[in-house]
Amino acid sequence: MPLVSVPKLTFAQKLKRFFMIDLLKGLGVTLKFNVGALTDKDAVAGKGIYTEQYPKVRPDVAPRFHGAPRLNMDPETHETLCIACNLCALACPEDCIDVIPMDVEVVVAGKPRRKKVLDEFIFDTSRCMFCALCQEACPTYCLELTQDFELATYSRAGFVWNREMLEQGRETVKYEA
Amino acid sequence: MHQVEIATTQQTVLDSPVMTLNMGPQHPSTHGVLRVILKLDGETVIDLDCDIGYLHRGMEKIAENRTYTMIAPYWDRLDYIAAVSNGLVWVETVEQMMGLDVPRRAHYIRTILTELNRIASHLLWLGTHALDIGAVTILLWAFREREEILKIFERQFGARLTCHAWRVGGMPNDSYDDFEQDVRRFIGNIAGRLDEYETVLSENRIWLSRTVGVGVISGADAIAIGLSGPALRGSGVAWDIRKARPYAAYADVDFDVPLGDNGDTYDRYLVRMEEMRQSRRIIQQAIDNLPDGPVNAKVPKLIKPPIGDYYHSIEGPKGEIGCYLVSDGTQQPWRMRVRPPCFMNLQALKKLCIGHLVADVVAIIGTLDIVLGEIDR
Ligand code: SF4
Ligand code: SF4
Repeated sequence: MPLVSVPKLTFAQKLKRFFMIDLLKGLGVTLKFNVGALTDKDAVAGKGIYTEQYPKVRPDVAPRFHGAPRLNMDPETHETLCIACNLCALACPEDCIDVIPMDVEVVVAGKPRRKKVLDEFIFDTSRCMFCALCQEACPTYCLELTQDFELATYSRAGFVWNREMLEQGRETVKYEA
Repeated sequence: MHQVEIATTQQTVLDSPVMTLNMGPQHPSTHGVLRVILKLDGETVIDLDCDIGYLHRGMEKIAENRTYTMIAPYWDRLDYIAAVSNGLVWVETVEQMMGLDVPRRAHYIRTILTELNRIASHLLWLGTHALDIGAVTILLWAFREREEILKIFERQFGARLTCHAWRVGGMPNDSYDDFEQDVRRFIGNIAGRLDEYETVLSENRIWLSRTVGVGVISGADAIAIGLSGPALRGSGVAWDIRKARPYAAYADVDFDVPLGDNGDTYDRYLVRMEEMRQSRRIIQQAIDNLPDGPVNAKVPKLIKPPIGDYYHSIEGPKGEIGCYLVSDGTQQPWRMRVRPPCFMNLQALKKLCIGHLVADVVAIIGTLDIVLGEIDR
């Protein structure tokens, strides 16, 4: 059984230990931060306190963040941008997207035509790994992963978002600062 | 540096029956769901066995049913602390198999961000390792610095931990507007912060008595077991894939490979601390010479590497992380195999722990810097 023998200290090292130089140096560094936290005028913005005061202060999420999914709508007509092409569902490694199209009759240049439009859109956020491959596959910039990050629900079924939720977004409680 | 001698004794210290003790899988110091079955004589470990596989997700099998584009996010979930370097192995393997010519700017940005990831990974290791040994402050400080890196990742990739950072042939987006400024600010801060950690730890008597001479492994043994990364270099073996087989932009930057002398926990600590400083040097050079230009190569619509097999590996924060890929010419790989650094490093646990106390097992698990997501895959 190997046992390890730790080396003998030199006299200088012993002296340092006796006067607790090693511990005092460390304490000096920690003390610097304590003093900083206590004396800074605005400790949160300054150097002292680094904790984010979530949920009272909401974090500033980066524009590229991959959060809750959203189906974008045309800002003027308020019609969905989705053309039901199914590319997002094909791009997803986890199969969490179901695009359900329907055929509608439209009149194009006076003639009746059949057109495939979006009927329902199912997005399973419980299996999604927020890799954004679906967002990259979408040709119309319809499906987007937004900056919303609060996705918790009380039930498993709540993780499956339908078209309405994807278009309107989800209500989350906002706390006052 | 301290000299360490190992003496062997056949005598058990206490004449007591051998006790079997389960450590984990829910033990906070096993860094995940690792179960260690300890055979104890009093407090001394005389034998141990690791039980792994609690986090097995069958990644390698899943990859056989996904296209090459789809596999990339799964790589982030191996070693989630170092998702950016893991992602790099995968895309570089596919790129080299297909013979894609990745633009220089992409290589440089990849270098910068993987080195940032190395610092983030080492910071998490430092924080948790120190916490296991009993220094709580370091954890908070290390996470403060790591937060800055994660902010850069969030702005660049859109995610903090499992970034899905790279695409085959380049990057999903060019660097964001303030990228250079953020990186420069970070590398400006980190040097002083590392000095602070060292002031608190390196000479601290508790830290020394918990790490010096604990978990000693010689260079020859380390090679025989298959250790890589800081665990190998702590034993004085100069092996770094960034130097041996440069990838990304490592051929263009100048850095040193820190080595330990004794192969104990303290040396591995010093090696990792110095590695963070070297990473800072690499980032500094890369950001100073960041070339302009595109970040994506011309990639065919369908990614189909030619029939054959290929192995590529990089120096991840934990060690050599590699990918062995067999392609049958279709859109999905025929076989994908991960060369896991933590899995190999964990093998050394038994050798390192025997003869030490139970409390040292925690220190040794910490010094090996394992992530169970990658061990179990
Ligand atoms: S983010 Fe990734 S996992 Fe989630 S739905 Fe899109 S492609 Fe699928
Ligand atoms: S890829 Fe875009 S347009 Fe096509 S079905 Fe998906 S959300 Fe709709």
